[in-house]
Amino acid sequence: MTDVRLLTGGEAVAHAMRQIDPDVVPVYPITPQTPIIQTFAKLIADGEASTEIVNVESEHSAMSAAIGAALAGGRTMTATSSQGLALMAEVVYIAASMRAPIVMALGNRALSGPINIHCDHSDSMLIRDSGVVQLFAESAQDAYDLTVMAPRIAEDARVLLPVLVCLDGFTITHSAEPVSLLPDDEVARFVGPYRLRNAVLDTTRPTTQGPFAMPDYYFELRRQQAAALEAALDVLEEVAAEFELLSRRRVGALEAYRLEDATRAIVALGSTAGTVKDVVDELRDEHEAAGLLRLVSFRPFPSAAIAAALEGCASVAVLDRADSPGGTPPLHAELAAALYGSDLELAGHVYGLGGRELHPPDVREIFRGAAAPYVGLRGERCPV
Amino acid sequence: MDGMTEIRWHARAGQGAKTAAQILALALLRTGKGVQAFPEYGPERRGAPLRAYTRVADRPIRRHDSVTDPDVVVVLEPSLVHEAGVAEGLAPDGYVVFNGDEAPPELDEVVVRCVPAQRLASKLGSGFVNMVMLGAVAAELGEPPLADLQDAAVETLGRKVAADDVRRALSEGYAWLN
Repeated sequence: MTDVRLLTGGEAVAHAMRQIDPDVVPVYPITPQTPIIQTFAKLIADGEASTEIVNVESEHSAMSAAIGAALAGGRTMTATSSQGLALMAEVVYIAASMRAPIVMALGNRALSGPINIHCDHSDSMLIRDSGVVQLFAESAQDAYDLTVMAPRIAEDARVLLPVLVCLDGFTITHSAEPVSLLPDDEVARFVGPYRLRNAVLDTTRPTTQGPFAMPDYYFELRRQQAAALEAALDVLEEVAAEFELLSRRRVGALEAYRLEDATRAIVALGSTAGTVKDVVDELRDEHEAAGLLRLVSFRPFPSAAIAAALEGCASVAVLDRADSPGGTPPLHAELAAALYGSDLELAGHVYGLGGRELHPPDVREIFRGAAAPYVGLRGERCPV
Repeated sequence: MDGMTEIRWHARAGQGAKTAAQILALALLRTGKGVQAFPEYGPERRGAPLRAYTRVADRPIRRHDSVTDPDVVVVLEPSLVHEAGVAEGLAPDGYVVFNGDEAPPELDEVVVRCVPAQRLASKLGSGFVNMVMLGAVAAELGEPPLADLQDAAVETLGRKVAADDVRRALSEGYAWLN
């Protein structure tokens, strides 16, 4: 019998954590991540998980402790948002370079300033090049599914990198939706035991961790790390296929929604994809050949699969929920590179910064090619 | 609205609108509906005006934007009609469920169903104004059945409250508009 509950995205991630039952969770609270760790801490207090929570004094320390725990030989998870990730950023790069398979939930929230608590993807994009896997959830169900899948991807010997499960702040973290939970024992079997080949505390096989690397080795180590992130694409699909056998739900690197004969498509990350799907259905009812390409994996970026999925389209609008002042917004830039040489028309739109809403009529405007580059921005141009 | 009903709850933070919105969603989920429940977050402080939402449809709900044109508006806190634009965006065939004996002049232009929830809750002695209103909303919607709503409420509110008080408050509100 399936266990369908009404859960917020934050609670759904906490339940995935309960079922994974990691050894260590070092964490520091921040809105809108807090419900994840608050719910998880309650589940531990109720005796439903045996994880050791380490209360640390900052996110910098949270990630530092996570590296120590993961490399010592314990399965390790954490969670953060926005400024927390910004403070943590230095150590996120180190976690990736030390190949620490930490799983972290990121409740996406706009970076300050001005200070804001609502969703955009500027925090994710801040650590775009840190070498971590970044997977974006569309719904609370997706956030649960990706969290269950994440340790398998992170800990695969071909990867050994941190995996971030990104869920839109408030829109997903705090919205209650139906979530189907897998049985506890099935998740435990799926995730399996944590086995790190080069654990620090394995005294029978002493290793050096986090060494100094001068011009003679730094370049090679960085290249190995990048290759591992590229390999995560295949691993993600393998894990997704195995997860589908359990759940009958498939969450791979991307989702092509009614794209097969679409001439116009939108490319988007996160919860907005759900709103776009509704508009695609409306347009299809009106005999418009519209489709959606929902990107789940932003890092690694599935360029070849994207190019193949969009092959028949005449025009594509890419929605960035982060800006790149003075340059091209991140998703737009990636799409332009992935589609280089194709003759389809690519339009970039920035939307939703700091939690600005995107409603179905906005999405229709984008499909019509009538939307401004900054969707939902008030006034024709901002005073400087 | 294309088979989807959208409900907007107005209250002050601490009055239980977010909880009521979730309980309604949970009970409707159990009857096989697609549901979504979420609060609108501003500065978090007790007493601040707060909006919460419930969406319900015959299919899974995928959209993730806020509710702009509610079919039903629930006013848990009567004083908010002076400040919160409670009838804003109300669908043409929509209505307001108002906590009070009679509709205030601010709501002259819209259909209002009055439920003296404050008085009913005081009479019951338990003070569950939000549960009285929730019962009334379910009666007006025609779903979910009262017993399902009561079960969902008791389950959500847990051991911290007396289950019988919760059930009574819901049935009092339900009876008022049924």
